[in-house]
Amino acid sequence: MPGPQPVPSQELAVETRVYERPLGRTGSSQVADRIFYLAMLACALCVLALVGVIIYELASKSSLSWHAFGWRFFFRSEWDPVNDQFGALPFVYGTIVSSLLALIIAVPLAVGVGVFITEMSPPWLKTPLAFTTELLAAIPSVIYGLWAIFVLVPLLRLYVQPLLAKYLGWTGLFEGPPYGIGMLAAGIILAIMVVPIISSITREVMTAVPQQQREAVLALGATRWEMIRTGVLRNARAGIMGGIILGLGRALGETMAVTMVIGNRPEIAKSLFAPGYTMASVIANEFSEATGDTYLSALVEVGLALFLVTIIVNIVAQFLVWTVTRGTPRRGNA
Amino acid sequence: MPKDSLLGNNFASAPLSLGRRSMNLLITFAAGAAVFLVLLPLGAIFAYLIYKGIGSINWAFLTQTPKPVGEAGGGMANAIAGTSLILLIASCMGVPIGIGGGIYLAEYGRGTRFGNLIRFTADVLNGVPSIVVGIVAYSLVVLTQSHFSALAGGVALAIMMIPTITRTTEEMLLLVPHTVREAAYGLGVARWRTTLSITLRTATSGVITGVMLAFARVAGETAPLLFTAFGNQYWNWNINQPTAALSLQVFTYAISPFDEWHKQAWAGALILIVLIVCSVSAVRLAASRGMLKGA
Amino acid sequence: MGVGIQVDKLNAWFGKTQALYDINMTVAANHATAVIGPSGCGKSTFVRCLNRMHETIPEARATGAVRIGEVSVYNGTSAVQIRRRIGMVFQKPNPFPTMSIYDNVAAGLKLNGFRDRRRLDEIVERSLTYAALWHEVKDTLKKKSGASLSGGQQQRLCIARALAVEPEVLLMDEPCSALDPISTGKIEELIFQLKERFTIVIVTHNMQQASRVAEFTGFFLLGKLIEFDKTEKIFTTPSDKRTEDYITGRFG
Repeated sequence: MPGPQPVPSQELAVETRVYERPLGRTGSSQVADRIFYLAMLACALCVLALVGVIIYELASKSSLSWHAFGWRFFFRSEWDPVNDQFGALPFVYGTIVSSLLALIIAVPLAVGVGVFITEMSPPWLKTPLAFTTELLAAIPSVIYGLWAIFVLVPLLRLYVQPLLAKYLGWTGLFEGPPYGIGMLAAGIILAIMVVPIISSITREVMTAVPQQQREAVLALGATRWEMIRTGVLRNARAGIMGGIILGLGRALGETMAVTMVIGNRPEIAKSLFAPGYTMASVIANEFSEATGDTYLSALVEVGLALFLVTIIVNIVAQFLVWTVTRGTPRRGNA
Repeated sequence: MPKDSLLGNNFASAPLSLGRRSMNLLITFAAGAAVFLVLLPLGAIFAYLIYKGIGSINWAFLTQTPKPVGEAGGGMANAIAGTSLILLIASCMGVPIGIGGGIYLAEYGRGTRFGNLIRFTADVLNGVPSIVVGIVAYSLVVLTQSHFSALAGGVALAIMMIPTITRTTEEMLLLVPHTVREAAYGLGVARWRTTLSITLRTATSGVITGVMLAFARVAGETAPLLFTAFGNQYWNWNINQPTAALSLQVFTYAISPFDEWHKQAWAGALILIVLIVCSVSAVRLAASRGMLKGA
Repeated sequence: MGVGIQVDKLNAWFGKTQALYDINMTVAANHATAVIGPSGCGKSTFVRCLNRMHETIPEARATGAVRIGEVSVYNGTSAVQIRRRIGMVFQKPNPFPTMSIYDNVAAGLKLNGFRDRRRLDEIVERSLTYAALWHEVKDTLKKKSGASLSGGQQQRLCIARALAVEPEVLLMDEPCSALDPISTGKIEELIFQLKERFTIVIVTHNMQQASRVAEFTGFFLLGKLIEFDKTEKIFTTPSDKRTEDYITGRFG
């Protein structure tokens, strides 16, 4: 037998045995383990620290504006940098309207896509379809904006808006000159951007519904749609709601594409043809040129409000999704 | 049919009503239409990017800096370089911290309240609007240094990378079966060594996938760079100076009134999307091969 | 050469639930000792206390004294050091999936800082020979991954990996329960040969296996060691009625 001969008998002291064996060092690793643990802990604490830092910076840099205007900041419409008068109401209005419009368009589409992929699509089509809808999520905002400016806006201006004005103008929502640029364009591009998130979550929660539920309904003699309605959607309701709210969160914070097509005018108008302004857009447009401390502080205050609103919306959404997919690991946010 | 049936003869043998059948068909069509309507803009975007962008991509575009307003020609070479620089800075900060956080959550924080807090916070951070992250990076770096810089841009993007990488790393590490760790403990390997050389090594392809996905996501970001990296007409390799970035350049050119710049915006956008799609696809390819090897 | 194991008043808990009650046992050097008993009787827990693997489960703890040869397991030496002197083979084969066969066998050494290349080759060959796997894999040592072998081969690879660090004791926790009968037979044969060099403690739910490979057997029930004696005696004339009931299949 090749190699060193085994050492005979256990009367030999432990020390001698150590020299015979290949592992000479038998040092303790407790110090190294401790250091490693602390290093990993520090990294994890960075996550907490980041939230703290964000809140601190936003709060401290916006205090000037807060002290000047108080709560009324969000209910005033005056945005006058020259005279140091700031009111964020137009931006709040613009953010809410554009996001709601986006959801109205996106939700039926996204849930439809989710239902199709999970329940109706032939197996060979599932993966390519899922992949392409996720590809939509990978497109950067600025590219959506670019396409919106040069393709969507002319389309709206030349074809869609005149049609809408002609047939639905009586609602008051489709009045005024059809610039193309404006709230409608912003709502549409936001809808396209938000569809992948909602459809991805819809698919996830629908897949999480156990097969037994579907079979139970089918066994009673239901059509496929009836099975989907009672066996799947009913159970996944909370999760789909969560997905929609998550989409809302994304729409609220979306900056570039909206900035490029919304017109950037701090006005409140009923018509969807009119230009508007969102909280994220005003920061994007005016931050780097803001002169004067109050001006900058007002913009930061808008940012703080945006931060708080998106955080709350996201927390509600996460909770709703969690109630349905409890335990199933979530895929990363791509 | 049992003698005391309350349902009557017609229940089981009646054919499916027209109403129910048409509803079923209608919904199927509606869902299909939804898929079509969603894929339409996707196709349109890619089509336009290629159609409008490919014409302007030439050697000059890839190697020259922008020409002054009105002059034809010039390129986005400095923007491509700038994006690389900013992404490098962001990765140096974001990747190690993100992976470290993921290791903590998977190996030490399972089931603990503190671990759940970190996990929850990371998910919440993932939803913070990128423009807000830009404000914070501005506040932390630009105000301190009194000028815009690539470093500030890197910090902003790193803040966005950390929560994503933390969560994906955690998920990948949790996929490593406990028996693999046990085998190492049984051999008398220290815990820190087991985590790095065995657990992390087994999960390598998955962890890299997560890092690349975070990378691809921040590569296209514009908002956080608007007032951190700020942009630059010329070449810049100094991390303490304002730097051009591909996404910023596309934005600036797109909203400008010049046709020449519009064309270059499409070209820049095409390059950006190609880079992103390539890195995501390369990662998926490597992951599927890597997973098979490690199984 | 193997060493004996002395267990005195070993108690173990999972959180608040006690799993082992006052276990006293003397394991003879260079012999195989089987640990048998119905599911949940604590046999796996007992064996995992011997090399302090029990502690890797959160909220688990143990008290008492265990001596492996001259070394006290619970007083003084760190768990990591103890586990280098004791080898363990688990129920389900668990080779490191991203490593080659060679790297798997060498893992215990490399991870503990052993660097000598030439001796490493020697040790890997010797360990694989002890595990009766050498001839089957000697041509693909560095090319094939540990996970690409069959179940029985994987388990022998895990045995080789455990043997490479030259432990004095080899603990085996139901090593054949995930394997087919032919692989089981090969591993039982292996245990016969390994006995000359190592002290073996083997947990098994298969009584026939215990009587085939072990000279001594301990019968566990509900966390207590009911009877410990020569295997022959346990299976033919057990002293305790509970042992007899288990052996004859009245429960478990």
